[in-house]
Amino acid sequence: MSDKTMNTVDTSRRNILKGGAAAAVVTLAPGVTLRTVEAAVTGPATSAKRWGMLIDANAPEGVWDLAVEACKTEQGWGPEANKSGKANDSTDPQWIRKVSVKDPKTGAKATLPVMCQHCANPPCVDVCPTGASMKREDGIVLVDKHICIGCRYCMMACPYSCRSFVHEDVKGQKPHMPRGKGTVEACTMCVHRVDKGQKPACVEALNKAGSDAIMFGDLNDPNSDISRAVSQYVTQRIRADLGVDPGVHYRGI
Amino acid sequence: MAADTTVYKEIEGKGGDYYSLIIWLGLMVLGGLGSMYYMEHNGHVVTGMTNGIVWGTPHVFAVFLIVAASGALNIASIASVFGKYHYKPLARLSAMTALALLAGGLMVLVLDLGRPDRLIIAMTHYNFKSIFAWNIILYNGFFVIVLAYLWMMMERRMQPHSSKVGLFAFVWRLILTTGTGSIFGFLVARPGYDAAIMAPMFISLSFAFGLAIFILIINVAYRASDRPLGDLILFKMRNLLGVFIAAALYFTVAQHITNLYAAEHSGVEAFILMDGGIYTFLFWVVQIGLGSLFPLALLFNPATGRSCQGIAVAAILVIIGGLAQMYIIIIGGQAFPMPLFPGMEVSSSFFDGAVHPYAPSLPEVGLGLSGMAAALLIIAIAVKFLPLLPTSLSDAKVDPHHKAEEA
Repeated sequence: MSDKTMNTVDTSRRNILKGGAAAAVVTLAPGVTLRTVEAAVTGPATSAKRWGMLIDANAPEGVWDLAVEACKTEQGWGPEANKSGKANDSTDPQWIRKVSVKDPKTGAKATLPVMCQHCANPPCVDVCPTGASMKREDGIVLVDKHICIGCRYCMMACPYSCRSFVHEDVKGQKPHMPRGKGTVEACTMCVHRVDKGQKPACVEALNKAGSDAIMFGDLNDPNSDISRAVSQYVTQRIRADLGVDPGVHYRGI
Repeated sequence: MAADTTVYKEIEGKGGDYYSLIIWLGLMVLGGLGSMYYMEHNGHVVTGMTNGIVWGTPHVFAVFLIVAASGALNIASIASVFGKYHYKPLARLSAMTALALLAGGLMVLVLDLGRPDRLIIAMTHYNFKSIFAWNIILYNGFFVIVLAYLWMMMERRMQPHSSKVGLFAFVWRLILTTGTGSIFGFLVARPGYDAAIMAPMFISLSFAFGLAIFILIINVAYRASDRPLGDLILFKMRNLLGVFIAAALYFTVAQHITNLYAAEHSGVEAFILMDGGIYTFLFWVVQIGLGSLFPLALLFNPATGRSCQGIAVAAILVIIGGLAQMYIIIIGGQAFPMPLFPGMEVSSSFFDGAVHPYAPSLPEVGLGLSGMAAALLIIAIAVKFLPLLPTSLSDAKVDPHHKAEEA
């Protein structure tokens, strides 16, 4: 990817951070582009919304691999994105991962995906010295990579180990998701898609495969599918005892 | 307070020993800068740090030095805040040591950042809910206050006011170490941290680490410059070091006893105290045995406690034990898996439910040691160009009544 494209990317990302706008790039002639910033379909991020997810841990285990792969493809992370071409298990970022849980007393098992839980009281945002870790009004927790100094205190603080540090040079970055060696990154709940009225990539991938194991929507809207579902079933949130009020609910743990 | 009649003088600093010390320390600092370049150029993938152990060996050294820095100021505080005149002649070096150790620690911390080039952002963007952000203010404030304190002690016209600034510096350093301990105390999700005792424990550790380093510096400086160093001041510092080691041990015991009482913390306690491998070894053998009990025995045994070497060995052991304790707290605290689903067995591709492996890499150790070298280099250069060291610390100089009593 050329530096010029990277500059374009930066601008669009800033607008995403401000809350709900997307950039369009029109090529007028070779090398001449016109950039316009259009308002997001969903309007500016407001606290009237609380984006959240409901994950059904009873879904067949295979669907979670689809979700992980969809996230990698959409956001451009994973061992394939290392410039070195080498995979490093302990340092490669994992924005979403498949976790197996087993009750040692009963032998009951479940497999579920874990990603940034988009807490209402996010410890990563509390501890970040520069304010790079931030929560949008609509509950989406992001890292402003322009002011992340790479101290990793947010990774120390996250109760879910959901943040990754970019340990080496990366390649194949997506225009909507610039990544940088030396900064921290995590699931953005596909904010670039959500602001255009679309679903996160993992949700869409499962829907395409005929699964609704991950439901996405506005938890503040009593008429949304997700609100109806969480009011109908008893759901759990991981480490709810910490009081961080995650935006991701689970069923069947 | 009686006027300070102590004569302070720069050390000559001309011999081959002095220059070889400077060269060795300089090379170590260069080695650290080289490590930093290597780490930043290739990314942290070349270190032992991972997404599970996000803070590694550089942080062990950095936190140790920062904690020791506030402790090194204690000698000056004892003189100016608590009015113990025996320590007054050492106050200038105490303040200088505090500044140097903090500079060394911060150097390591900053050079390990993913983006050290963005240091200016850390200085201009503050999230006031972050204890890290507060620490940036506390560290910068410490430099300003201790520099002012040092200047007031050295500038004759300002000396009458120095004790007021000394009191302010003392309060500031207590808050600073509280902030450093709270970096860990405020981490709600990790069972090894999340404890209010971290703050006072770090204060007690700072007393011991800072004094141990200070005793060694005094020993080396006076021996190398052929200036008299009497037993009186040395034995006073020895007793103080013994008390500080005991205080640090007390907080360590209280921390673990409290955790052992709570069933939810039994996992992390079993990890550190029984089956944590390197962490268990470091705890019992290095931190408790070599770093606490053995130095206490050396200091209070009449045979070793009355010898310069015995006290120096005890001080070295306190430093080694302190580094081990930082390693256990910082790296052991991360190595133990966070309970994603308490009471359940958890596994994943991201080390959930498993102990995070960690092995320090050479560049990390090089960067950490360079912080220590930088601190010592600053002190070595400062004592050559500034009148920080009294020409004599003989018993008669330290306490005019001492000789009279003997006569």
